[in-house]
Amino acid sequence: MNAAKSFSSRLAGWLPRIVVAPSLLIVIVTVYLFILWTGVISFTSSKFVPVYDFAGFEQFVRLWATPRWHTAVANLFIFSALFLLLSTGIGLLMAILLDQNIRAEGFLRAVYLYPMALSFIVTGTAWKWIMNPGLGIQKVVNELGWTSFTFDWITDPKMAIYTVVIAGVWQSSGFAMAIFLAGLRGIDNSVIKAAQIEGASLPLIYRQIIIPMLRPAMLSVIVLLSYIAIKSFDLVLALTNGGPGSATELPSTFMFSATFRRNQMGVGAASAIMMLMTVAAIIIPYLYSELRERNNG
Amino acid sequence: MSTLEIDRVRKTYGNLEVLKEVSISIGTGDFLVLLGPSGCGKSTLLNMIAGLENISGGEVRIAGKVVNELSPKDRDIAMVFQSYALYPTMTVRQNIEFGMKIRGVSPANRDKAVRAAADLLQITHLLDRKPSQLSGGQRQRVAMGRAIVRQPKLFLFDEPLSNLDAKLRVDMRTEIKRLHARLGTTIVYVTHDQIEAMTLATRVAVMKGGVVQQLDDPQTVYDRPANVYVAKFVGSPSMNIIPCRVEVEGTTATAIIDVANRPAARIPGIGLSSQAASTYANRKVLIGIRPELFSVGNGQAQGAISVDVDVVEPTGPDTLAVFHLGGVEVTARLPPKQVNAGTAATLAVDTSKIVLFDSDSEELIN
Amino acid sequence: MANALSQPKPMAEVLPRQNRIRLGRLFIYAPLAVMAVLYLMPLWVMVVTSLKPLDEIYGGSFIGPPQTITLDAWRSAWSQACIGTECTGLRPYFVNSLLMVVPAVVLSTGIGAINGYILTKWRFPGANFVFGLLLFGCFLPYQAILIPMARTLGLLGLAGGIPGLVFVHVAYGICFTTLFFRNYFVSLPDELTKAAMVDGAGFFRIFWSVILPTSIPIIVVSCIWQFTQIWNDFLFGVSFTSGGNSPITVALNNIVNVTTGRKQYNVDMAAAMIAAIPTLLVYIVAGRYFVRGLTAGAVKG
Repeated sequence: MNAAKSFSSRLAGWLPRIVVAPSLLIVIVTVYLFILWTGVISFTSSKFVPVYDFAGFEQFVRLWATPRWHTAVANLFIFSALFLLLSTGIGLLMAILLDQNIRAEGFLRAVYLYPMALSFIVTGTAWKWIMNPGLGIQKVVNELGWTSFTFDWITDPKMAIYTVVIAGVWQSSGFAMAIFLAGLRGIDNSVIKAAQIEGASLPLIYRQIIIPMLRPAMLSVIVLLSYIAIKSFDLVLALTNGGPGSATELPSTFMFSATFRRNQMGVGAASAIMMLMTVAAIIIPYLYSELRERNNG
Repeated sequence: MSTLEIDRVRKTYGNLEVLKEVSISIGTGDFLVLLGPSGCGKSTLLNMIAGLENISGGEVRIAGKVVNELSPKDRDIAMVFQSYALYPTMTVRQNIEFGMKIRGVSPANRDKAVRAAADLLQITHLLDRKPSQLSGGQRQRVAMGRAIVRQPKLFLFDEPLSNLDAKLRVDMRTEIKRLHARLGTTIVYVTHDQIEAMTLATRVAVMKGGVVQQLDDPQTVYDRPANVYVAKFVGSPSMNIIPCRVEVEGTTATAIIDVANRPAARIPGIGLSSQAASTYANRKVLIGIRPELFSVGNGQAQGAISVDVDVVEPTGPDTLAVFHLGGVEVTARLPPKQVNAGTAATLAVDTSKIVLFDSDSEELIN
Repeated sequence: MANALSQPKPMAEVLPRQNRIRLGRLFIYAPLAVMAVLYLMPLWVMVVTSLKPLDEIYGGSFIGPPQTITLDAWRSAWSQACIGTECTGLRPYFVNSLLMVVPAVVLSTGIGAINGYILTKWRFPGANFVFGLLLFGCFLPYQAILIPMARTLGLLGLAGGIPGLVFVHVAYGICFTTLFFRNYFVSLPDELTKAAMVDGAGFFRIFWSVILPTSIPIIVVSCIWQFTQIWNDFLFGVSFTSGGNSPITVALNNIVNVTTGRKQYNVDMAAAMIAAIPTLLVYIVAGRYFVRGLTAGAVKG
């Protein structure tokens, strides 16, 4: 459809490009130029305000010498791994169960998905209260008679990161469920019928045929959840505020506090660049394959 | 006056040449069908006439005026699309009057034009419906109504019947023919269906690989195809193309065709000009015989051929008999119940309509 | 692809009956029910806690229904609770969020619509590359642009206020909305625009009279998605605004974290509910479209 171009007036031919240009300009500036800018700052000695000297890799060296950053990176691995595993597993299980021609499917689907409509701040606030050792779950179980039960992870530096996992999984597994369910509904029923005629049992059909056919959905879920995990910020802030101490620090919260609270803008920029590279390593191959397949199809 | 001249028109996408110097010209009231398989460039050519694709080289003239640089709305054309492309959120009436609205036609005149078109197409009762509430045939009529109210110099149809089922397609074909007779407008019509081309066209341009193979009236295209490709594309079952040898004795030329396990068949009296006869004497050529040129004959007649029938396919009015001649599969259209599969048959050939092709260039020999 | 969620038959429908029974209906419903309870529990806890007087909270169980129902906590959260030194409740911040979300949603959806239209119906050389550039913007970790954006807003005189936030949300929202509209318009036949061109309609006329009226569903998807994203945003709010100019998520976080003295859990929960109600309402009213927004970029379609 590069039609009207040469035969209507020049201006009319350029109109689409002229109209799309401002958006493109905004995105080029606010995404790509800003990334570059952050990159530049990470090579300066900026503290409270940006200064444009050249400090080489000094900020990256400082970043990796900061114990807090090590905690943040370690936490990111623990959090991402568990968050991905649990959200994907629970999401897949719920999608398969929901796909068994059950009653009230619409209602259940809505229940599993509503947390996704909430702000992470709301989620964090709610779970902070639920997991409060003084008045929350622990107290309820104690009062039911199991007096030795303790659930004080949120105040335990060793366990606090797992409370972030719990709240994160609660919020995001419904999302995984929705994508898996869409994937299940997209599978050609005749394939299943064919397997059925060959005498395959239901669990076998799921294991050998249906779940392998969900690979595109699985890829989408993993990529999108990884992205959510890496940029998780509000949830941690609302739930534990990075604490106790720095026990639940994540790269995202580290970047924020270094930049805006501790006047280490250079270190903050360096950590942001580390995050960006991690996301890019996951997202760019994914987008590339998605777009290429779309063009072929 | 609404003539169309396509003058050495080319279309390239980068290095890919989709149309190679296509020249076609038709007069006022002509019904030109661009016929060819998908990918032959016929739709591209139509889009270029409409102004929906750039013209890479050459000229398109409508009513004598070069339109290369004009946008579609200034070309005085109307177009009916394969998917009908009705605006889904507008009613039938709004669909038909959309173009007039843009051109600033007064509401009274718009209404009059819509009524007239709806009347002509018998869709008056549908005017307030949405396209989604219409059947395929009704959508087709609305799309035509939208084109008619423009009163264009040129109607363009892009495979307009290919989304309809078989029965409806035949009805709508008649409808389009009637419309053409009534309005007398020049029409360019793209299709891959050779029956549509035969039934509708006053001029057929058979296309392949971005080149016009033949531009003629439909009967000529059928009777005297310019080459083997056209011969096989037009007509169903398609023309039998059989390798043979030409023998010339005095003024009569005879085609000699090898038949497995039998003496070679001889078909005398094939029409060859004396010049062609001297060129092709004792050479291999391709003989083209339409299935209906065969008839059941008796063994004594001159030019009778004896064959072993492999398969018979009754179609109702006729029976198609399949056998081998000159190493290729040949189909004959015969009256019902005259031959049986697995038996021998003697067939006669109407030599007056036989055509010959050069075996190297595959072009028609005059 | 969202249709895939509602229309086609469940896989199980094509499986023979005895197999379904063998798996056991109980083993299907029991886990589903347990999960449903687990998912609803936090919402239940939030609601009941917000309706209890503080003494009952400290004395009783956090999960049981309230013995005395009071709206005091809601009243306090709405108009009295202290955020920093200002004790105005959430009301002004709720208004801030509204002032931010409405223009940001309208602008980003409108721009996304016209971008999607251009990228599908007026493709120009390099259109795919432009789309790729926009697409990556959907997956940008915003930490990578916080510092330059803060500086730029300062330079533009937009720092610290709602207009600045509107700009930020529009800039990054365009990426998502363009994706929605592009994917939707790709499925509209090109012949539609061709027909309109033959009818004499130009670039804007085709967009306004032919394309936009067919895109109501995707407009709803885009508005809902943008509304939830922008309403729920915290990072931009906390980074680019201060004091009385903050959106509601920032104010909520302050209420919850800053309170001194005996912690008013009922006020916290009421405040959380107030912040959650707009998006929950949208979800209840138009959940179908919400799901479509969530999965729009996820599965090819």
